[in-house]
Amino acid sequence: MRIPDSILHIDRRIIFLLIGAAVCIPLILQPRFQDSPTPIVQSIFDTVERLPSGSRVFLSFDYGPDTAPELDPMAKALVRHTMTRGHEVSFFTLFPEGLGQIKKITDNLLPVEFPEKAYGRDFVNLGYKAGLGGAINTMVVNFRTLINADAEGTPLDDLPMTADVDEMVDYAIILSLTAGDPGLKEWIQFAGDIAGIPVMGGGTAVVAPELYPYYPQQLVGLMGGLKGASEYESALVDRYPAYRNATMDATMRMGPQVVTHVLIVLLILLGNLAYFFGRSGRPGRNDRTDRADQADRRR
Amino acid sequence: MRRKIPLIITFIIGVVLVTGYFVTRGPFNTLYESFSDYFAIITVFAFILGGGSLLKIHLKRVSNRSTDWPYSVVTLAGFLVTLVIGLFKVGNPDGMGGEILAAGSWLRFLFDGVYNPLSATMFSLLAFFVASASYRAFRARTKEATILLSAAMVILLGRTPVGAWLTAWMPEILGFLELPNLANWIMAWPNTAGQRAIMIGIALGVIATSLRIILGIERNYLGRRE
Repeated sequence: MRIPDSILHIDRRIIFLLIGAAVCIPLILQPRFQDSPTPIVQSIFDTVERLPSGSRVFLSFDYGPDTAPELDPMAKALVRHTMTRGHEVSFFTLFPEGLGQIKKITDNLLPVEFPEKAYGRDFVNLGYKAGLGGAINTMVVNFRTLINADAEGTPLDDLPMTADVDEMVDYAIILSLTAGDPGLKEWIQFAGDIAGIPVMGGGTAVVAPELYPYYPQQLVGLMGGLKGASEYESALVDRYPAYRNATMDATMRMGPQVVTHVLIVLLILLGNLAYFFGRSGRPGRNDRTDRADQADRRR
Repeated sequence: MRRKIPLIITFIIGVVLVTGYFVTRGPFNTLYESFSDYFAIITVFAFILGGGSLLKIHLKRVSNRSTDWPYSVVTLAGFLVTLVIGLFKVGNPDGMGGEILAAGSWLRFLFDGVYNPLSATMFSLLAFFVASASYRAFRARTKEATILLSAAMVILLGRTPVGAWLTAWMPEILGFLELPNLANWIMAWPNTAGQRAIMIGIALGVIATSLRIILGIERNYLGRRE
C-alpha cells in the first residue's frame, strides 16, 4: 500500500486515541486561554448588568445531562452574575431532566458561593412543566394556571419573591439555556414576541447557528457553545475581579476544545493532502479512492 | 361519525385559536385562554400514552423473542424501576410530601449515578465519531465541498483562541480577515441567510399543512379507515 493510501485508510481507533489524548492532556495540564466577549455575548452581560438590583429574572434550564458540559458553565456564570447584581431569579425547565440541572445550582453552587441568599426571597425553583412550546404559551396567557406553586409544592403566594408574580410580564428578562426543542426559539416565539419580554441566553454549538436569525431584534444576545460561555466568564471576571480565583468551567474546558479543534483541522488537512497526492498522475484513481473510502466508512 | 366528530373538533379549535391570536377581546380571546389551559392538561396525558406505548412495544418484542430482545428487557426494567421509585418517592427523606429529586432519595441517586453519566457518555462519544467522520468525509472533491470545507475550517479555528493567535499578525486594515472575525461573519451573514430561508420555507409549509388539517383536507392524523 502506498503512503497516501495508508494515510487515507488509517485505522479509526488511532483517530479515537488521538482525540482521547487531545481531550485528556489539556484537562490535566489545564492551559488557560485568554478570551474576550464578542458583541453578541456582551449584550447579554450588559442587559443583566443594567437591570436595577432586585429585578426579576426568569432562567429556564432547557437541557439535560448530555449537553451539560456546554451549558452548565453558562448557567453558573449567569447565576453568579444575577446573584452578584442582587436580582431575584426564578429557575424553571421545559425538560424533565432539567430539574436535575437546576438542583446542581441550588444544592451545590448557591449554598457555597452565596450563603446569604435565601430560598423564596432571592431565588425560587418553579420546576418542570410539560407541554413544550405550548407550556410557554399557557404561561404567557395565564401564568398562574400553569404555575401556582414551586417545585416543592409551596404556593407561590407563600413565597415573598413570587407572591406578586401574576403574569409572565412581571419578569424583566427571560434567559434560556437551550439544547434543542423546546428552547430559546420557543421562548422568542411564544413569550418574547407576544409579551414583549427581552429574551436571551445560550445554546449548544450545534443549536446556536439556528438562533442567529433572531439576533438582534428578537434575541438580545446569544452564547454559542463553550466558547460563548467562556466569553461570558471573561466579561464577568473583567467586571468583578473577585471571580478571578473562582473555578471558571468554560475557561478550563476551552483547553480540550482548542486542542481537539486544531487536531481535527490537521486531520482534515492530512486527509485532503493524501487524497490529492494519491490521485495525482493516475487516471481513474479518484474513483477508486472514493470507492475505497466508502467501503472504509461502511466498516 | 367516528371520523366526522374529530374533524369538527379540529375545525372549531383551529379557527378559535387562529382568530383568538389576532382578536384579543371578546369570546374568541376567552376561548383562546381556555384552550391554552386545556392544552397544558392534555399534554400531561401524553406521558401516560407514551409510557403505555413503550410498554406495549417492548413487551411484544420480548414475548416474540425478536432481534435484540434482551435490550427490551433492559428498557422495561429501567422504565419500571424509575417509574416506581419516582411515583412512590422511594427513599425520599421527606416521604411522599418531599421534593421529587430531594437529596438522599433513590430517584436522585438514579439521576446522578446512572442517568447523568450514561447520558453524558453517549453524547461524549460524538466527539470521536465526528473526528473520524470529518477525516474520512471532508474531502475537497467538488467546488461545493471545497467551500463547505473552507467554512468548516474557519469556524473550527475561529471559535477558539488559536484562531485569533494565528492571525494576530495581520495589519489593522486586513482585520476582517482574522479568523475570529471571519468565523463571526460566516455565522452572522451566510449562516443567517441560509437559516432564514429554511425557516421561512418551514413556516410556509406549517401554515399550509395547518390549513389543510383545519379544513379537513389532511386526515392522516385520524389513522387508517377500518
